[in-house]
Amino acid sequence: MTVNEIAKKLNLTFYAGEEIAEKLAKGCYIGDLLSLAMSKVTAENVWITIQTNMNVVAVASLVEAACVIVADGCIPDEKTIEKAKEQDVILLGGEISAFEAAVALSEMGI
Amino acid sequence: MADVMKLQFEVNDGDFTRAGETSSKVKKTLTQLGFSPIVIRKVAIAMYEGEINMVIHANGGTIDVEIYSEKILIVMQDKGPGIADIEKAMQAGFSTADSKVRELGFGAGMGLPNMKKYSDEMEITTEIGKGTCVKLTINVKE
Ligand SMILES: Nc1ncnc2c1ncn2[C@@H]1O[C@H](COP(=O)(O)OP(=O)(O)OP(=O)(O)O)[C@@H](O)[C@H]1O
Ligand SMILES: [Mg+2]
Repeated sequence: MTVNEIAKKLNLTFYAGEEIAEKLAKGCYIGDLLSLAMSKVTAENVWITIQTNMNVVAVASLVEAACVIVADGCIPDEKTIEKAKEQDVILLGGEISAFEAAVALSEMGI
Repeated sequence: MADVMKLQFEVNDGDFTRAGETSSKVKKTLTQLGFSPIVIRKVAIAMYEGEINMVIHANGGTIDVEIYSEKILIVMQDKGPGIADIEKAMQAGFSTADSKVRELGFGAGMGLPNMKKYSDEMEITTEIGKGTCVKLTINVKE
């Protein structure tokens, strides 16, 4: 499964990284506490959160998440988007809830 | 690689916009040097947590990194308030983070436990009113 396919299926908006979204994704972590995410998100995971600040990008980049999905209609800060572009982190968002996203990802075999 | 590579970084007080930068730089360097993903992940996580703690709880400080072929040493020295009870601070879930940084997603009380978990040796020395020094060793196993 690629990040592009996920974005399409979940009706997500690209805030950053659309040009690198042919990347593969597998596995998923949901959570908003950064140091928990830090140890639970592993390489190629989808990370679903409602955090919108730039520390999300720092964590996603360090653990090599496939992408970050900002759920529940939360909008990433301008600085977060900038940093995501800088660090090649794919940042997505949409109205979808974390639960709905997880169900859809599971159906997709993630 | 018999040589040692030494890196030093300044971490600024309260500067969230740059937090994670030093960990990111070290990660890049280790990747270029060909260290394994497992070692790189351990260093990145342990270092980021230390870096963030310096920004949130202390008044910034310096991070020294020494890269050897068989281990990586990280020394994080801050000029913060010190830690009154190290044992308590090490407990998963213990945090004195205020509501402002909690809103940003910090304050799970998992930073020090993560540093312990992702390093092979961890040593904290601290003095109230003076600062804290955290030394981490990550071994490179074949
Ligand atoms: N460098 C430091 N200087 C002073 N106090 C510190 C320092 N590092 C940690 N502490 C104290 O130890 C506590 C636990 O630290 P830890 O990193 O485990 O959790 P946290 O930073 O509060 O939350 P999290 O790391 O999960 O975002 C902190 O809340 C703080 O009181
Ligand atoms: Mg911490």
